[in-house]
Amino acid sequence: MTVSRRSDNGSLVKIVVTVKQVPDPNSTILLEPDNTLARDREVVLDPGDECGIEEGLQLKEAHGGEVVLVSMGPERAKDAIRKGLSMGADRGVLISDEQLAGADVLLTARALAAAIKPEKPDLVICATESYDGSTGMVPPMLAELLGLPQMTIAKKVEVDGSTVKVHRQTADGYQVVEASTPALITVTAGIAEPRYASLKGIMAARSKEIKQLGLSELGIERGEPGETIDGLADAEARKAGAIIEDDGTAVDRIIQVLAQAKVV
Amino acid sequence: MANVWVYAELNAGKLQSTALELMAKARELGDVYAIALGTGAKAAAATLGKHGAKVVHVNEDKAFDEYVAEPSADALAALHGQHQPDLILFAFTPDSRDVAGRLAARLGKGLISNASDVVAKDGGFVARVPYFGGAKLASMRANGKPAIVLVRPKSFEASESGGTADVKELAVTIGEGSKRARIVERVAEASEKVKLEDAKVVISGGRGMGGPDNFPLLEALANALGGAVGASRAVVDAGWVPYSMQVGQTGKSVRPGVYIAVGISGAMQHTVGMKASKVIIAINKDAEAPIMKMADLGVVGDALKIVPALTAAVKAKKG
Ligand SMILES: Cc1cc2nc3c(=O)[nH]c(=O)nc-3n(C[C@H](O)[C@H](O)[C@H](O)COP(=O)(O)OP(=O)(O)OC[C@H]3O[C@@H](n4cnc5c(N)ncnc54)[C@H](O)[C@@H]3O)c2cc1C
Repeated sequence: MTVSRRSDNGSLVKIVVTVKQVPDPNSTILLEPDNTLARDREVVLDPGDECGIEEGLQLKEAHGGEVVLVSMGPERAKDAIRKGLSMGADRGVLISDEQLAGADVLLTARALAAAIKPEKPDLVICATESYDGSTGMVPPMLAELLGLPQMTIAKKVEVDGSTVKVHRQTADGYQVVEASTPALITVTAGIAEPRYASLKGIMAARSKEIKQLGLSELGIERGEPGETIDGLADAEARKAGAIIEDDGTAVDRIIQVLAQAKVV
Repeated sequence: MANVWVYAELNAGKLQSTALELMAKARELGDVYAIALGTGAKAAAATLGKHGAKVVHVNEDKAFDEYVAEPSADALAALHGQHQPDLILFAFTPDSRDVAGRLAARLGKGLISNASDVVAKDGGFVARVPYFGGAKLASMRANGKPAIVLVRPKSFEASESGGTADVKELAVTIGEGSKRARIVERVAEASEKVKLEDAKVVISGGRGMGGPDNFPLLEALANALGGAVGASRAVVDAGWVPYSMQVGQTGKSVRPGVYIAVGISGAMQHTVGMKASKVIIAINKDAEAPIMKMADLGVVGDALKIVPALTAAVKAKKG
């Protein structure tokens, strides 16, 4: 007898949400003299990932299933996973290995793919890009490595049986894109307002499982990095111009500037 | 001569302006081979030729229009099997990002994303990438071949160089296995009148506009100036205006003659998308807002009073 992975009403069985611990966006950037991020900086769960977790939890509430958080990072990245667990996710997986320090995008995607594959998710949810790296490249690479179709930059997601439909933001509007599960989606920050963890949620998260995996367990070897940072320089800054109080003459000043720029 | 590929993105049959921006850079770096896929590819090839493409590989299979990323990644991978490019340039746009990521993973190559420039160095390529919201500029070296680089729109200025491309049919069959994420509908939300990316004047509103009901004030000013309205991410996320209006790191890059930031604080993730504008005017209640430090003219005051008065003054001046 073959065992169906789907429950009777064709709902989701497993949702994987990728999460990352990042420098706190609310603290100012501190760089060491060698241009690496100051290590003692506050770190938090990426705000974009909170939206991904929220979307995962809402889909679980509507369609059933389990929400598994998968992250890569140092040991302390468990705090970021724990935060997601306290929001309501079921369990976590942390890929942590000294060899992964400074991993490039491809290695990151390979490691995440190796950890996600055995979970056999129906849906993988990623943020569109991370707060710190902002390459936006891990999700499409992950989709390729997992052999999944991808629907990126979703501002709305609907699941109906084994069909996932998203509203995908584009430069001039949006597209309605659909695929069958299993699939990978990336979501925007606008998709769902992340819930606050309740006290009960925080207590419950303490006993939820976070499985830790190293590279050897994933059967991955670190290769040559695809790209390396050669140097970091201050970007050219614009100079401040005039700052004036609006004492009734401001409109005239703006008109002068517009006239100089030949737009009026 | 380096062998440089440009992924010339088409959208609903139309060649994207980013493709021509990439052409301007690519022809400085080597012999340019452009790849145009989907409806309109052959027509696009003529334009790409005028912009310096030596060869344009085309295929007009409808699958490229209808399905996300996978058919295009298949075509590029097939072509990569026959020719070994030194560099592949993609635009950092939603569609091209999807394709570039899949292709790089399939080839087992790294890539450099979100770049603002590419230069040839020591026989390879180095890309400049804005970091920390644009405060720093990193030089990233691509170690593999091909180097795969995604460049932010508006990083280069498109210009014709004259010429005719040799148009070659790219032989590839798109299997059913790649026809998965299907585009079933395209909905336009952006203003039909003036495209934000191409507008000579951009008036962007932020949280300081107080609410979506006040955005028509900006539209009135934009109409008077013949410009387009943009927005900060804060108001896009709040649902006041559609994402197509977002300017910044995760939105559009613009470089108009005049950029007017209204009720926008000037977070680096916003300014990275507009700081190449020729003239910047900021209207903000707070004289200490970061945007004031980069504006050519900073006006400290209430946007809701200044904007209507400015619109009236512009109309009076234009007669
Ligand atoms: C990964 C990441 C990517 C991001 N990408 C983008 C992006 O692409 N684009 C983007 O814009 N942001 C982006 N952001 C968000 C960015 O960091 C800021 O949060 C956002 O730009 C702030 O928007 P704002 O200036 O409208 O709001 P606020 O920062 O809240 O500023 C509102 C301003 O309005 C002024 N104000 C209030 N009332 C009035 C009034 N009556 N008249 C005049 N002025 C008034 C205030 O003084 C204040 O300066 C990103 C953030 C992250 C973490």
